[in-house]
Amino acid sequence: MKKKRLIPILLLQNGKIVQSRNFNSYQILGSPINAIKRLSEWASDELIFLDISNNDNYDLDRDDYNVENLSNLLDIVENVSKKTFMPITVGGKIKTLKDIEIRLSKCADKVSINSEAFYNKEIIKEASKEFGSQCIVSSIDVKKNGNFYYVYVQGGKKNTEIKIHDWLNFVQDQGSGEILLNSIDMDGQGKGYDLNLIESVKDHIKVPLIIAGGVGDYNDFCIGLSYNHIDAVAAANIFHYKDQSVYYAKKMLFEKGLNIREPDLFNLEYEDDLL
Amino acid sequence: MKVAIIDYGSGNIKSLYNSLNFLNYTPILTNDTKEINDCDKIILPGVGSFDNCISKIHTKVDIENLKNEILFKKKFFLGICVGMQILSSFGFENRKTNGLNIIEGVVEKINTKLLPLPHVGWNNIEIIKNDEIFNGIESLLDFYFVHSYRFKVKNKEHSLAETNYGEKFSSVIKKDNVYGVQFHPEKSQSYGLKFLSNFLKL
Repeated sequence: MKKKRLIPILLLQNGKIVQSRNFNSYQILGSPINAIKRLSEWASDELIFLDISNNDNYDLDRDDYNVENLSNLLDIVENVSKKTFMPITVGGKIKTLKDIEIRLSKCADKVSINSEAFYNKEIIKEASKEFGSQCIVSSIDVKKNGNFYYVYVQGGKKNTEIKIHDWLNFVQDQGSGEILLNSIDMDGQGKGYDLNLIESVKDHIKVPLIIAGGVGDYNDFCIGLSYNHIDAVAAANIFHYKDQSVYYAKKMLFEKGLNIREPDLFNLEYEDDLL
Repeated sequence: MKVAIIDYGSGNIKSLYNSLNFLNYTPILTNDTKEINDCDKIILPGVGSFDNCISKIHTKVDIENLKNEILFKKKFFLGICVGMQILSSFGFENRKTNGLNIIEGVVEKINTKLLPLPHVGWNNIEIIKNDEIFNGIESLLDFYFVHSYRFKVKNKEHSLAETNYGEKFSSVIKKDNVYGVQFHPEKSQSYGLKFLSNFLKL
């Protein structure tokens, strides 16, 4: 049987790994290398890197752990992919097919497209035709206004005034292979996923759905995974609090009998068995 | 031993390169006839659509030579994902397209019975026929899949392992010296690396 997925998200802002709260306050985390190592443990089923920088200036602390000089997000991705053999999605600042090609050439398997899908209504169609639907993830940021959920772009700053259901239908018809649904209201709150939002999209999902935004403890993953129409649960902040957090989250879910892959606590001793 | 990864502009071949590197091999990324012929083993990756991959490989690679290396020089060969699918007789993604016809069969959309497509994520493989490629890999372990189409082999003997997603399909196939795998071993962590290591040790 196909398993559901647990996916850590790394948010990078100007070369720093950050925690986000409601998309508008960002806290910089200490050592980026440690954070990367922690989240790219083999217990993760996939990794998502989202670049939320305002410009292209990176300044990454380096030299610790003998990791090579990392000058930008794609170098990070390339480095991670030398040691963690799992699927990697890269999102943020994607405007053209060329942008996608560059990311794929640096070891991304998939890209996530967000704002540009609003400004250029053809990009998802063109990208999925060129690279295959399996490669194109639609990242959608949603906020409740009155009784309805609306799609926001530009890092949650601009309301497109498009209702979530209409946008879901559009991006799936255009050829998105997966949906990454983020709740702006719940982001960084630690109060759990936006369950009303999850319920409301139930009948509008035709491709695998990844949810993000709001996880406060591992039990929130259980709640997310209990919905039939949710294929993957994602989170960023929670994994930064302790070492081997992905492993412990996965272990708890596995022991509760949820349909996920048995966690693999990779260590270097194991490497010898592979050669 | 020399390993060629055929580079014909399809997919994330650097990850495959990295995984072989991790296993202490230094593969050659190439579409050059001479370089391919100098290698002992050949790996054909592939992502995207069947028709797109077929048209790319025809433009970039000397197919008759490649077939000669596989069918007559009997070099061990591994097709991954769409790289496996194009070994078939025909594919039906977007339009009917001739495959390389190295392992008889057709590639059609998975009949998922309402499960969402693409089939993305970790799913287990059930080994139905023992083979060296599974050394140290038990049946029912999980590997990473991402695809909407599946290879239906004409001769059941060619199917080594099956996976269920709405319907059962062949996830590992073999005919003589030619292997094909629907999942991505280079993205499947420990057991994916083990699978690649087994292939390299053949």
